[in-house]
Amino acid sequence: MKSIRAILKSLLDSLRDLLPIIGVIGFFQLVVLQQPIPNFGEIATGILFVVIGLTLFVQGLNMGLFPVGESMAYEFAKKGSLFWLLVFAFSLGFGTTVAEPALIAVAKEAAHVAAVGGMIIDSEQSRLSYAFGLRITVAVSVGFAILVGVLRIIRGWPIQYLIIGGYIGVVIMTFFAPKEIIGIAYDSGGVTTSTITVPLVTALGVGLASSIKGRNPMIDGFGLIAFASLTPMIFVMAYGMVV
Amino acid sequence: MHIFYDLLLTILATIWDVLPIAAIIFGFQLFVLRKAMPNLKKILMGFLFVLLGLAFFLEGLEAALFPLGKLMATQLTDLDFILQGEPKSSLNWMHYKWVYLFAFAIGFATTIAEPSLLAVAIKANQVSAGSIGIWGLRIAVAIGVAIGISLGVFRIVTGTPLYWYIITGYVFVVIQTLFAPRLIIALAYDSGGVTTSTVTVPLVAALGIGLSSTVPGRSPLLDGFGLIAFASLFPIMSVMVYAQLSEWIARREKRKST
Repeated sequence: MKSIRAILKSLLDSLRDLLPIIGVIGFFQLVVLQQPIPNFGEIATGILFVVIGLTLFVQGLNMGLFPVGESMAYEFAKKGSLFWLLVFAFSLGFGTTVAEPALIAVAKEAAHVAAVGGMIIDSEQSRLSYAFGLRITVAVSVGFAILVGVLRIIRGWPIQYLIIGGYIGVVIMTFFAPKEIIGIAYDSGGVTTSTITVPLVTALGVGLASSIKGRNPMIDGFGLIAFASLTPMIFVMAYGMVV
Repeated sequence: MHIFYDLLLTILATIWDVLPIAAIIFGFQLFVLRKAMPNLKKILMGFLFVLLGLAFFLEGLEAALFPLGKLMATQLTDLDFILQGEPKSSLNWMHYKWVYLFAFAIGFATTIAEPSLLAVAIKANQVSAGSIGIWGLRIAVAIGVAIGISLGVFRIVTGTPLYWYIITGYVFVVIQTLFAPRLIIALAYDSGGVTTSTVTVPLVAALGIGLSSTVPGRSPLLDGFGLIAFASLFPIMSVMVYAQLSEWIARREKRKST
């Protein structure tokens, strides 16, 4: 009985998270555009799916993703091998990004822009290789970001110097990169961090910061995602200049 | 019903996305750490829940909200709707008031539903022993995204260069960093990256492409991008403002009680 109530409560929580979107779309459809809502049945089923999905995700977060990230952080800290921790950090960043669907979409779009803008030969072959190169570039940059971020947690470097340094890098690159690539480069920072990567990486950072003496999980544990959304901008602009 | 067939396809696609992550985790666990994972059964259940949850979530969005939201973005940016019968020569940035409002509202609403932001908020709440509220953080980030996307829409309408806004934003972030409470800084930087994933990106991209292909003089190739960049920059500022405000309120309450 108690567990049924708990499930009902988390379903209601998920529904509440969705209410703003339903409200916004409903308002614009009925009041601003003054059109009826089409396929009401399908939309209701879809909303039910979203609510179930969000509830399951939050359950899985607390059962799977958070504990895995944390327990691996503790074990790496206990093992004390910096080398393997950094290899793990890089692989996690690279591996979770290279297959990211949002990145694949952006890379395809970017190849289109590059071909139309005359940066590469407009053929199927050159577009594909351009998009593939871009994907690898972004994945390497995210791997590098998590690696640097983990090193920062271990050493206790203040995050703001690294981030501000990164901003200066972005600004400098903006002046040299081809104009067509800038919008894509800026956007690529935001799309790289997927829904599975974020909780895993966050738990890893917080776990590391809490298992190393002298680190504060709040000050030192967060920040990995910030690196992962900054380095792709610099790397993508560099890619645009080289290719 | 074909929604269930689509669901099956989405589950398969999600498995494919999760595979590299699972391979890395279990590979390192087995070959480098060489230790059995504690509570392996529960963790595997958790992974299964995440997988099924994401598949349901994505399929539901695809069936219910994305088609309508994307169609809406196209209709709202349509010149006939924008002009409401006025001559085309009178078109200026003020005609786009519904588009700004839509950008603000959809930015806020999609961010509230973003699962990765929820994850970070839960973690921040645990780590800060409750002093950072789950809802406080989510609303702060959502307001940031809302402002960011409306400003990004304004940029597409006026055709000003993207990097002016982004570089100015960076200057603000640097100045705020000097004054913000130390505990919030890393979390604020993180909240820039977590805001834009499954829910926000498709709708915002549709808005950007719709706008840049209907505003005279813009091309979707050059001007359609950039909204995500706005959406990942402004939450950094709004979260720092949130931290400063809550610190200020706490200090004032303390002064009142003494």
